[in-house]
Amino acid sequence: MAFASKSPWVIHYDASSCNGCDIEVLATLCPGFDGERFGVINTGNPKHADIFLVTGSVNERNISVIKEIYDQMLEPKVVVACGICACSGGIFHDCYNVIGGVDKAIPVDVYAPGCAVRPEAIIDAIVEGVAVLDQKSKALKEQKKGAK
Amino acid sequence: MGKATVIPFGPQHPVLPEPLHLDLVVQDEKVVEAIPQIGFVHRGLEKLVETRDYNQFLYVCERICGICAAGHSIGYAETIERLMGVEVPKRAEYLRVIWHELSRVHSHLLWLGLAADAFGFESLFMHAWRLRERVLDIFEKTTGGRVILSVVKVGGVHRDIDDSQMKEIIYVLDGIMDDYRKIMNTLLTDYSVKNRTVGVGTLSHEEALALSMVGPFARASNVNYDVRSLGNGAYGDLSDFQPILDAQGDCYARVKVRCLEVLQSIEIIKELAAKMPAGDISVTVKGSPAEGAEVCNVLEQPRGECYYYARGNGSKNLERMRIRTPTSQNIAGMVSALKGCDLADVNMVILTIDPCISCTER
Repeated sequence: MAFASKSPWVIHYDASSCNGCDIEVLATLCPGFDGERFGVINTGNPKHADIFLVTGSVNERNISVIKEIYDQMLEPKVVVACGICACSGGIFHDCYNVIGGVDKAIPVDVYAPGCAVRPEAIIDAIVEGVAVLDQKSKALKEQKKGAK
Repeated sequence: MGKATVIPFGPQHPVLPEPLHLDLVVQDEKVVEAIPQIGFVHRGLEKLVETRDYNQFLYVCERICGICAAGHSIGYAETIERLMGVEVPKRAEYLRVIWHELSRVHSHLLWLGLAADAFGFESLFMHAWRLRERVLDIFEKTTGGRVILSVVKVGGVHRDIDDSQMKEIIYVLDGIMDDYRKIMNTLLTDYSVKNRTVGVGTLSHEEALALSMVGPFARASNVNYDVRSLGNGAYGDLSDFQPILDAQGDCYARVKVRCLEVLQSIEIIKELAAKMPAGDISVTVKGSPAEGAEVCNVLEQPRGECYYYARGNGSKNLERMRIRTPTSQNIAGMVSALKGCDLADVNMVILTIDPCISCTER
């Protein structure tokens, strides 16, 4: 599955972030940090995406949307929690409408903390996510061999 | 006319960086009605005043929205200062306005890029965001943060901008101005852009007044209202401030108003940098807001008038904090502007009101 890890496509969803992390995710893909030099392309379609970038914490209203996007993505897939709210709830952890980090809804592979998360941290997290993607695709291949 | 169909739009959608859900009732590709649904970003910040003291809440208030972060921290700090009768040094007021206007430049450039992306002009999106990075570099050099600045405190500001830094800011802004004029020229004169914006999503002057629109959205419908012209803080020292207006009320007018506001903001920064008074940048604030004392405050955010209300209860915590953000006003106008437009133009209409959902829902 080298093709996926050479050019990972990302999908971004703003769970209940304050926009700070969202614009940093977009800034990562724009000139200045130029995430696209690693073959990263932002897509709006979960079925095309390999890496799921989630910003912000989970609440009752958006937990189903996050799960839906995650379920629509094809295996192997990696989830990156961008920003401290996505990691643990951050400054809003004791708000009445915040359940907690994204790991309360879906399994998270890489955590990128920060308020707002810095574009360098997002690039690092994506590169780390690509290694996880490779591992997962190898495991998937082994599983298929076993099935034969 | 065909049968009415409902098309869901969002919350996860390529043109929307934020979750907003619209149920679009369409008939033959024409939108008959748009029903907005919000609540995806609601965190319940106003309740947090009960557990955070008024100094801590400044940092929560700043995180209402990452795009208008500077504006929210300034608006909140001004509200608390009025509540407690604190006089802020003149230099701090000037510095606040300079950061606020810089954040307006960054916010409008961000919006300009997203709007270009909405009609598929991706290279313009990249160019606008390239310019925006230079403004963020100024933020990083002067405050240490790129998006969340945390530079304002109750009673003044944390950091000073010295003369050499100020000269550099002006130098960078002059460079941005040259590049920006080229982008603005493309956006305002290119025929393919005009095809998507002229005459689309029109909102008349009467409608804008009736729906109490605010900010560039209202000014594009010739509503002469800009909180900056009230002259609060350092805005009162500007030699001449005229809100930028346009009478057309369509998407093109909204693009034009925001484009010109970037130039206006840069002029304001230059003027204030030249007039910058010497002195302290903060005063010590002691005590807590009196019981029953209440105050309201308005501030011109990049997206329009933002209203703050606070009531003290004699302790360090506030009794009540209420914020009415510009987008919560403008959503009514957006729904009205969407009526009767083509399905393909929905992106443009939504983007040109510059929605900020995390402000709206808090």
